[in-house]
Amino acid sequence: MGSVVVLLLIVLACLMAPLYARYIAHTNPFQSNILGTTIVNGKSVQVLQPDTQGLGLGSAPIGPTWHGNYFLGADQEGRDVMARLLYGGRTTLLIGTASALVCCVVAAVLGLIAGYFGGAVDWILSRLFDLVWAFPVYLLAISLAVVLLTSGIHLGPVQIGPGSLMVPILIIALIYIPYVARPLRGQVLSLKEREFIQAAVGVGVADLRIIRKEVLPNILPAIIVYFPLMVALGMLTESALSFLSIGVQPPQASWGTIINDGLSLLYNRPAVAIAPGVMLVITTVALNLLGDSVRDALDPRVRLRGSV
Amino acid sequence: MLRFVLKRLLAMVLVLWAISVLVYLIFFETPGVDPAARIAGRGASPAVLAQVRHAFGLNRPMPIRYLLLMKQLFITRDLTSYVNIGEKVVPTILQAAPVTLSLVVGAAVLWLIFGIGSGVLAASHRGSLIDPAVMSIGMIALSIPAYWLGEMVNLVTQSKLHSTVFSWVPPLGYVGLSNPAQWALHLLFPWLTLAALYAGIYARVLRAEMVSALDEDYVRTARAKGLSERRILWRHAFRCSLLQVVSLFGLDFGSLVGGSALLTEVVFGLPGVGMLTWTSLQNLDLPMIMGTVMYASFFVVIANAAVDVVYAWLDPRVRRG
Repeated sequence: MGSVVVLLLIVLACLMAPLYARYIAHTNPFQSNILGTTIVNGKSVQVLQPDTQGLGLGSAPIGPTWHGNYFLGADQEGRDVMARLLYGGRTTLLIGTASALVCCVVAAVLGLIAGYFGGAVDWILSRLFDLVWAFPVYLLAISLAVVLLTSGIHLGPVQIGPGSLMVPILIIALIYIPYVARPLRGQVLSLKEREFIQAAVGVGVADLRIIRKEVLPNILPAIIVYFPLMVALGMLTESALSFLSIGVQPPQASWGTIINDGLSLLYNRPAVAIAPGVMLVITTVALNLLGDSVRDALDPRVRLRGSV
Repeated sequence: MLRFVLKRLLAMVLVLWAISVLVYLIFFETPGVDPAARIAGRGASPAVLAQVRHAFGLNRPMPIRYLLLMKQLFITRDLTSYVNIGEKVVPTILQAAPVTLSLVVGAAVLWLIFGIGSGVLAASHRGSLIDPAVMSIGMIALSIPAYWLGEMVNLVTQSKLHSTVFSWVPPLGYVGLSNPAQWALHLLFPWLTLAALYAGIYARVLRAEMVSALDEDYVRTARAKGLSERRILWRHAFRCSLLQVVSLFGLDFGSLVGGSALLTEVVFGLPGVGMLTWTSLQNLDLPMIMGTVMYASFFVVIANAAVDVVYAWLDPRVRRG
């Protein structure tokens, strides 16, 4: 259960981001602070110092001070990286969790419908899964993100602005639906042959009631096992999209956008790119371990393609 | 068997067709995306826009526009970029393909060696400390985002240590196969980076399969017959567990060759199909996107079909189902 403790600590730390920014770092991590100064060893220092290397053009942000203010240094715009890291964690965790939730719920509904009713409905849904499955995952996500980021989503009553976090959440949820729905459909198919379902059908219980009372409780363990794995996959996908600057949009931060910020500072101020990556790896490992132990506890047979 | 293969081929063509329609709808028919405006450039007058629409057939009904595009892509193969005027889509993709292929094949060799090696090592040392140790490394490897690992590799090899320990590491980029030594040297770290993730996955899959195979009745029978542990491990447990790895490999390889290695290519500056897709997405070069995404799906669909056929060949029950 060490993984749960680690996850809780990370979530807690990220939730405290506003407190950290306000009382420890004393900065606003969403506002550029190019001309600002900070105190290091009792002396006032500029956050962006003139570059001394090469041609001496441009400026280099301050490195880690290991103190409250600019603990991990600043990025190219003079913003506190540690504070952005905590805020970024909120965004990344939120997107991971929300997309996993949407994905698992939609996949469960589709898997239940396809597996239980069979026939034409099943055929159409299965072909749709095939279609999404036939795209390389990241390529589909990137394609959708490029188009939807400029136009937003406008589907009747659903109106989502171009910069909204809902765009990456929905994209990530959509691309992973077949990965969850397909095995669930298979489970429902084999459940349908079992005596207790056949008995319920024979007695004349309504379909919806059978699905709710008999089928759903039996596929629930599998869904619970998939959930932490999907959160991990969702976080990794979010960070990849944000790294390509087609995920979370500025001034908001996520671990992926901070890695992207750190790209131009890689050789100068490596801490900017290292810190969010390390957080991402720790969180992903913890989620995968959690998934493993949930699986061992609930259902040792289910396994998800792409994550082990 | 032949009937199964033919059925699978037909399904493959259908899926490819559906994908082409879907990609077409995403990129050419999404509200707010106007191909004519992309071709004519910024601030074009309505008269110019109308002229462009006419010249490119964009004022015709949607199904015709779709068919025109498909004809240019597959039959005449003279579809040109909207951004770099005169750049033909098909030859550009074919030119980028060897770079991606070099990256993916090299990485695949490495991840199969490391993944299978450590999977077998862990499964054969169940109960000792080696098993959890190897599996933990695998878990960490599969949790590291490949692009971030690539950046860290660049940080170590291209920065301060570049003048001392890593002075033999060439700058980022790609060198053709005509110079094999430089080719391998330029691709060494991209290979290792891409392979780490998949080696982790394969090691864990193979170990899980082998552990369950070692509990099977046929292994007990083999032991009862007095076969050596080594023979049981390789000839019985390993061979049966390999099925899962083979099907996983087909899918991963197909999608990587198709352009899923995009992030690795971007980080290491390799001008492959992934990079091409990425640059064309960035400047919304619609024909190029259409071409690269079709190319990618083509490989995934082929890989899917190949895996199914191999499975049917190995397991006769699948053929009838």
